[in-house]
Amino acid sequence: MSGPGAAAGAGGTRSGAATATAEWGAFEDNMQGGGSAVIDMENMDDTSGSSFEDMGEMHQRMKEEEEVDAEAAAADEEDGEFLGMKGFKGQLSRQVADQMWQAGKRQASKAFNLYANIDILRPYFDVEPNQVRNRLLESMIPVRMINFPQKIAGELYGPLMLVFTLVAILLHGMKTSDTIIREGTLMGTAIGTCFGYWIGVSSFIYFLAYLCNSQITMVQMLSLLGYGLFGHCITLFVTYNIHLHSLFYIFWVGIGGLSTLRMVAVLVSRTVGHTQRLILCGALATLHMLFLLYLHFAYHKVVEGILDTLERPNIPPFQRVARDIPAISSAVMNITTKAVAA
Amino acid sequence: RISGFFTLSGRAVRVKYSTPAFAGLADVSISEDIPVEGEITVPVGPNSPDEDYSTLDEPVKETVMRDLKAVGKKFVHVMYPKKSSALLRDWDLWGPLILCVLLALMLQGGAADSTEDRGPQFAEVFVIIWFGAVVITLNSKLLGGTISFFQSLCVLGYCILPLTVALLVCRLILIANSGTAGFVVRLLVVVAMFGWSTLASTAFLADSQPPNRKALVVYPIFLFYFVISWMILTFTP
Repeated sequence: MSGPGAAAGAGGTRSGAATATAEWGAFEDNMQGGGSAVIDMENMDDTSGSSFEDMGEMHQRMKEEEEVDAEAAAADEEDGEFLGMKGFKGQLSRQVADQMWQAGKRQASKAFNLYANIDILRPYFDVEPNQVRNRLLESMIPVRMINFPQKIAGELYGPLMLVFTLVAILLHGMKTSDTIIREGTLMGTAIGTCFGYWIGVSSFIYFLAYLCNSQITMVQMLSLLGYGLFGHCITLFVTYNIHLHSLFYIFWVGIGGLSTLRMVAVLVSRTVGHTQRLILCGALATLHMLFLLYLHFAYHKVVEGILDTLERPNIPPFQRVARDIPAISSAVMNITTKAVAA
Repeated sequence: RISGFFTLSGRAVRVKYSTPAFAGLADVSISEDIPVEGEITVPVGPNSPDEDYSTLDEPVKETVMRDLKAVGKKFVHVMYPKKSSALLRDWDLWGPLILCVLLALMLQGGAADSTEDRGPQFAEVFVIIWFGAVVITLNSKLLGGTISFFQSLCVLGYCILPLTVALLVCRLILIANSGTAGFVVRLLVVVAMFGWSTLASTAFLADSQPPNRKALVVYPIFLFYFVISWMILTFTP
């Protein structure tokens, strides 16, 4: 049973040894060391009748594997002498392929990790519908209690949904005002604006809060500012559909002001010291109110411009007029010349 | 490569496996007296006909037709939503892709050849649909839903079908009549189809959600279909 297999195996090993370079020394030892190789060959006999081919094939494969390792190892130390031009090319392509593979793998694993780590976010989405409703209502009611820190729910469902609602409203506003954005889509702009404001201003205020030594965490800040956007949503939804300036200003001061006041009251209750309170709340109130003003007028003014042009009486396009004038004058000239001739 | 015999339910089965770390394994010595064999009990369940069915030597036409039939069956499920798990059990993304491309192409309208790019662009529709579906799915996962990612994507994608129908009808109406009467008809059609889409998708997805939080899951779905139907309503070629 083991006779031909062993012989073939030995032959295979010998041929392997003949072509092996110095780097394979350890591997050769491994193969020939002790009786382990013999046992492998015995097992080999069970596989198939032609164990010789198997051994050869196996050696081929192992040689290739070893080559890859050896090349990778040698690449660092002895570039020039180990590799010919052909080898260099092969290695270059292999390196490029390896890098591509690595980059792809990294990205895939990142996406997978993100999806796998979804459980980390789950506590922030642990809410009931009536809780969300109450928080939405509370975001419009400023509480005058500044001696004791007010509660802020560290929850992200409501803010996230409000931001998406704001995106939808903004998209609506952009469409009705015929905003044309070069080098980008309306969708991207709306999402960028809303998420940029939410995350950017939250981080900025959190940084200020850190400097002013107020007690608030990043999640609480995100939640506070997110629910503060409820007022923006109402205001913009109404004023994008009813184009009245006075109505907008009433909403801006009334609803926008209420939600801003609520945030300011919470922040004041969690900060100590007049200057710190002034800096923090001033910054937040200014940014929040100006953002509403910006969102309204950035995608509203265009409508008025278009309405103006529609209301004006039909004026022929400028080019046409310019082209007609010489024609008329030449006709007049023709008439005059004819008259003169006559 | 190491091989051995294992007896599997009375029959000898040859098991063959190869390892790259052969050198390390070489040290493991197995004496010849002990045969490498044992009883492996594989839980053999009742074979379902799907698994036995070989698709290797069937004509290509049959393969394509089978897939198309599966997609068509799901379309019927959406148009006639009843509590059924067919849409959930074997999900595919072909239907959503077809619907999405159709919707985007029809909404593109005449915007492609005019220099002024009014109207929703192809990419915009595409992004809204897929991004929205992903957001809804993640939201439902975060709220504790027990549905896989692609199942949810599949359901949301297939439920755009009523809105695609609404867009087709709207375009036909726009050809016939683009006045106020036409607008009223379009509004009615779009609102009806919007309700249909929302109801169908909630019928499929509601079971996988915790009962007390259904409203929270339905809100983003509502918003998603609302944006799409609003785009359809405001579309004029």
